[in-house]
Amino acid sequence: MQNFLDQFWPSTVDGLSLGAIYALVALGYTMVYGVLRLINFAHSEIFMIGTFAVVGAVEALGINSPVGTLALIGLIVVLAVVAAVAAGGSAVLLELVAYRPLRRSGGSRLAALISAIGASLFLQQLFAIVVIPRFFDRPLAGGHLPVQSNDFTDPVNLFSIGSVDFRSDKVIIFVGALLMMVALDQFVSRTRLGRGIRATAQDPETAVLMGVNIDRIVMATFALGGAMAGVAAALYMMRFEETVYTVGFLLGIKAFTAAVLGGIGNLRGALIGGMALGLLEMYGSSIFGAEWRDVVAFSVLVLVLMFRPTGILGESLQRARA
Amino acid sequence: MASLRAVTGTVARVRDGWASAPGRVRWPVYALLVLGALILPADSIGSFMSPSSNWSDLLFFPIGGYILLAIGLNVVVGQAGLLDLGYVAFFAIGAYSMAVLGKLHGWDFWAIVPVGIVIAAASGVILGAPTLRLRGDYLAIVTLGFGEIIRIVAQNTDSIGGPNGISGIPHPPTLTEWAVPDVQPFSGLGLGGLQPFTYGALDSRPYYYLMLLAIIVVIVFVVRLNRSRVGRAWAAIREDEDAAELMGVPTFKFKLAAFAIGAAIGGLTGVIYGSQATSIIPKNFEFMVSALILAAVVLGGSGNLPGVILGAFLVAWLPERFRALNDYRVLFFGLALVVMMALRPEGLLPSRRRKAELQEGTGGMGGLGAEVAGPDGDPHEAKAEVTG
Repeated sequence: MQNFLDQFWPSTVDGLSLGAIYALVALGYTMVYGVLRLINFAHSEIFMIGTFAVVGAVEALGINSPVGTLALIGLIVVLAVVAAVAAGGSAVLLELVAYRPLRRSGGSRLAALISAIGASLFLQQLFAIVVIPRFFDRPLAGGHLPVQSNDFTDPVNLFSIGSVDFRSDKVIIFVGALLMMVALDQFVSRTRLGRGIRATAQDPETAVLMGVNIDRIVMATFALGGAMAGVAAALYMMRFEETVYTVGFLLGIKAFTAAVLGGIGNLRGALIGGMALGLLEMYGSSIFGAEWRDVVAFSVLVLVLMFRPTGILGESLQRARA
Repeated sequence: MASLRAVTGTVARVRDGWASAPGRVRWPVYALLVLGALILPADSIGSFMSPSSNWSDLLFFPIGGYILLAIGLNVVVGQAGLLDLGYVAFFAIGAYSMAVLGKLHGWDFWAIVPVGIVIAAASGVILGAPTLRLRGDYLAIVTLGFGEIIRIVAQNTDSIGGPNGISGIPHPPTLTEWAVPDVQPFSGLGLGGLQPFTYGALDSRPYYYLMLLAIIVVIVFVVRLNRSRVGRAWAAIREDEDAAELMGVPTFKFKLAAFAIGAAIGGLTGVIYGSQATSIIPKNFEFMVSALILAAVVLGGSGNLPGVILGAFLVAWLPERFRALNDYRVLFFGLALVVMMALRPEGLLPSRRRKAELQEGTGGMGGLGAEVAGPDGDPHEAKAEVTG
């Protein structure tokens, strides 16, 4: 307990920057779930593809030494765009190959979930066996070993409040994620496409009758969710500088937990859920020790669902279904 | 495509005939199936089925183990319509019961079997009681979380070995030294001299027969259950929970029962697995096992026992049979799941009752939210166009 009090503020900073990444990945789960009622299990692999796009882009840009804070912000924007395009593109491809045929034939949600698990396995192995050995050849590293990105950030202490340090990478993650959230929220609530997404989430049949092109909406949902995972991947790589073909698995489960925690189908809920989960994990590991971090996260999920089954903010992108 | 349709047509006709077959036809077929299962470990079969690894090891686990797990998960997913993504937890609880009680407390295997089953069923009730009031998808994520919690707790608890697990788990005691006589036809099959009730460290065939016995007992239990009031209640819950509740079915009680029975079968598998494995580590119980068992259930035909058994067999056997492809087997397995769901989402041998539900609506699990096919019209018509 003493440890918890000592570590309270540093844990808060860590928790918020970790939670920001959860929240960005959670957006992809929550949007797809809102529109299709599908747990897009392969979304974690979309994130994984994003991290490898970042490694490739850093290499292609010829960066192999840390850059200053201002240049870092510019670089992160470039990397985020590259990763968002790669991840968003993969997500659309995934929809076309794995889910659209099922939607057409009226398959059950269970079948779609199995298809998602299959796609997830396929993408992981595709990277481990084919993509990583061929395109990310590192000395010592086969396709199953972690891949380090060229070192491009050298976190400096931006400012301190009391004894609490705010490192540049953590601040960039938090601010960057928040900006993306606001942008997405505005997009969904103000544009024509966003209105289509909300309409489909609410009632697909009526939406079709009102002239909404449902295939376009689903595709846009996957593209947006994938792009958010790509941005998350860029921020993640700035902080951890290492990825592996299974990097998405646990992070994906956590992000889905965050989406449920905040109220699935609810964009702002994903933000709240992600931040809450990040904070709880960090507080939990300072109390019980780091190895119990995941147990804390899942126990909190079970408790929240018992007492508030629709999550913290409830479900708003869709109508709540009993 | 035409030949494929001919095959599925024949299968459908055979299954229609079987459904109305009288007992005097059924019992000989059951007897033949059991006989076939008894001679399955023969070397001549093994050399074709698994040229690169020990066939009787495979038959015990993963093949036999996956089949038993799939039958258990089928009670939860296929019969009651509850989505469980953390089924491996009950398997782990059974295996750890065997390891802890057998090694640390010196219990006998036959005493651990009922205790392991009760512990697993009780943990199913403890998990189910607070979560079964949730809707399907939340149940899925909570069970997934529970599966991970069990594994991480095992990994972090030093008194049960932590990440190194428990080794030196005792084997079941020898029942009798009786051996199959080494004469024809047994010697021709390669079964001569086999001691089917002597549980040693080398031969896994006795363990396979143990697993087979468990599978047969569980199948009889599950089939009887499905034809009873309980089975009808599960079908009602699966098809429309609200309607079932209004008709006076205590849905929560029956869902909890399905969860506990599924957990008990998972625990039983764990105990038997632990008795042969001699050592277990938390890494044996990762999420991937839950995913594979669920894939087996859905691939074979959720809700239909022969389908589920076939699915589990394929999921366990195919990657081992094609070991030559080495790294690529998981890749192809993933691809196969995607293709299979696109071509035949109801599974290889769909449940007859489930098929009727699927044609009528969404088969209990609900359809994809945006399944409306747009200008192509009715989704089922669109399907007929593709296949017809």
